[in-house]
Amino acid sequence: MYSRAYKSLVSLPPLLWVGIFLLLPYALMFVHSFWMVRDGFIVHHWNLDNYAALFTKPVYLQVLLRTMRIAASVTLCSLLLGYPLAYYLSFHAGTRKELLYQLVIVPLWVSYLVRGYAWKTILGSTGVLNGFLQYAHITHAPVGFLLYSPFAVVLMLTHIYTPFVFLPIYAALETIPRPLLEASQDLGATPGKTFRRIILPLSMPGLLAGATFAFVLSLGDFLAPLLVGGASGTMIANVVQSLFGAAYDWPLGAAVSVCILMLTLALLFFTETFEKRWSFK
Amino acid sequence: MFVFAFIYLPVVVLIAYSFNRDGVGGFPPRHFTLHWYGQLFGDSAIWDAVLNSLLVAAGSVALALTLGLLAALALDRASFPGKALFRRLVLLPLILPGIITGLSLLMFAVFVNAPLNLLTVFFGHGTALISVATTELFAGLQKLDRAQEEASLDLGATPWQTFWRITLPNLKLSLIAAGLLIFTLSMDEIAVTFFLIGRDNTLPMEIWGRLRQGMTPEINAISTLIFVVSVALISIWYRLRTRTLRDVS
Repeated sequence: MYSRAYKSLVSLPPLLWVGIFLLLPYALMFVHSFWMVRDGFIVHHWNLDNYAALFTKPVYLQVLLRTMRIAASVTLCSLLLGYPLAYYLSFHAGTRKELLYQLVIVPLWVSYLVRGYAWKTILGSTGVLNGFLQYAHITHAPVGFLLYSPFAVVLMLTHIYTPFVFLPIYAALETIPRPLLEASQDLGATPGKTFRRIILPLSMPGLLAGATFAFVLSLGDFLAPLLVGGASGTMIANVVQSLFGAAYDWPLGAAVSVCILMLTLALLFFTETFEKRWSFK
Repeated sequence: MFVFAFIYLPVVVLIAYSFNRDGVGGFPPRHFTLHWYGQLFGDSAIWDAVLNSLLVAAGSVALALTLGLLAALALDRASFPGKALFRRLVLLPLILPGIITGLSLLMFAVFVNAPLNLLTVFFGHGTALISVATTELFAGLQKLDRAQEEASLDLGATPWQTFWRITLPNLKLSLIAAGLLIFTLSMDEIAVTFFLIGRDNTLPMEIWGRLRQGMTPEINAISTLIFVVSVALISIWYRLRTRTLRDVS
């Protein structure tokens, strides 16, 4: 029903724009990773040294492993908080469901920076938590390990991504036909068994989507480590940032970025196929 | 309930200490004061940054909505080579870590010799947020009743008239909702901005800069204001959304 002219009029501008301002920049990133820096200038000399450096210098692998550990902890913690919350809201909240749902959504829109800053004021050595602990006579001197540690990064990111994980799980739980649960109960399954055999498998796509989201976004975060992580909480994106900044080695930084990108895409591909297979079962 | 406490604790602490005379930290907060808000209102650097952020956000909304609408129409109605690739590519900035999109755009800016300033930030936000506009508007288009457009065309209206009189008015709520969403996201964006910013700061970058110097309740005060404004915007967005859903059903 739409004419050729109409179709090209609506497709061409976004195609061109996305091609120039999105595909080209990503391609530039890719191309840079095969170049090198000589005497403070980027030379277009094609080589694989950047990638070789990544895999031979232990520091990069160490940071990458730490990053994945942090991202995995964030994912796990967000799931542990988000799943029960979604479960409660979907099955037990009754009439308060709508209100509680809103309450989970609202913080999602509160500035990332503001939330990071709030944790900083809570965890610092003269912060609110230490003040409280001394006020309540639980400790007598400030506890120092709270801020500037991987723990603080995990805490902050968990706080940020829990609503993100909650949403798809909640959506999945809401689509489970309730008669199915009654049937399971009538046929003599215990609540635990109903959960394991029916609710968990059926909410798996949502769980996977949420987990992927939390993991991928934590993987590339560089602000949380800067805000609350300190030296021991440095993550892979901070390496990229310093390579592009003070260290001025764009090609190497680009190579690290490409690795993050590949890791992300591989993960997305993996969960997508996994999800498909799961829903066919 | 514990989870709710966890989610809201930072926000509550933040707001409480914006009224605390003795600064951030310590317990319990004492000596209620509005001093920090007074200081905030006299702080011209913050308000310059707010103005910059508003400019960038307004521009990004216009850019992302225009291109997002076209992209959504294209995905909904046209078929062209590389459509599947295009669909994925548009969404990339939503999925990839901000640092990668930010750095790629920085490389592009250097590549074309563009000076870094608010304009580059606007290009960056606008382009990255096409993803959000496309997703929202594509969902809106899918729910749209095609028969109205067909009728319009059959009755002799040109495609141009049909677009302005039928398609666009029907998408009004999706457009407003997407616009609000893009506006909020742009106002808060930091990972992409970080690499594209020149001398003029956006609000998050100004706050970021101050955080590095130390913490003052003035930041709590501005954060509280940001919180209030975002909540207001979200409730508008949510109202519109429920209304759209009701209209459809």
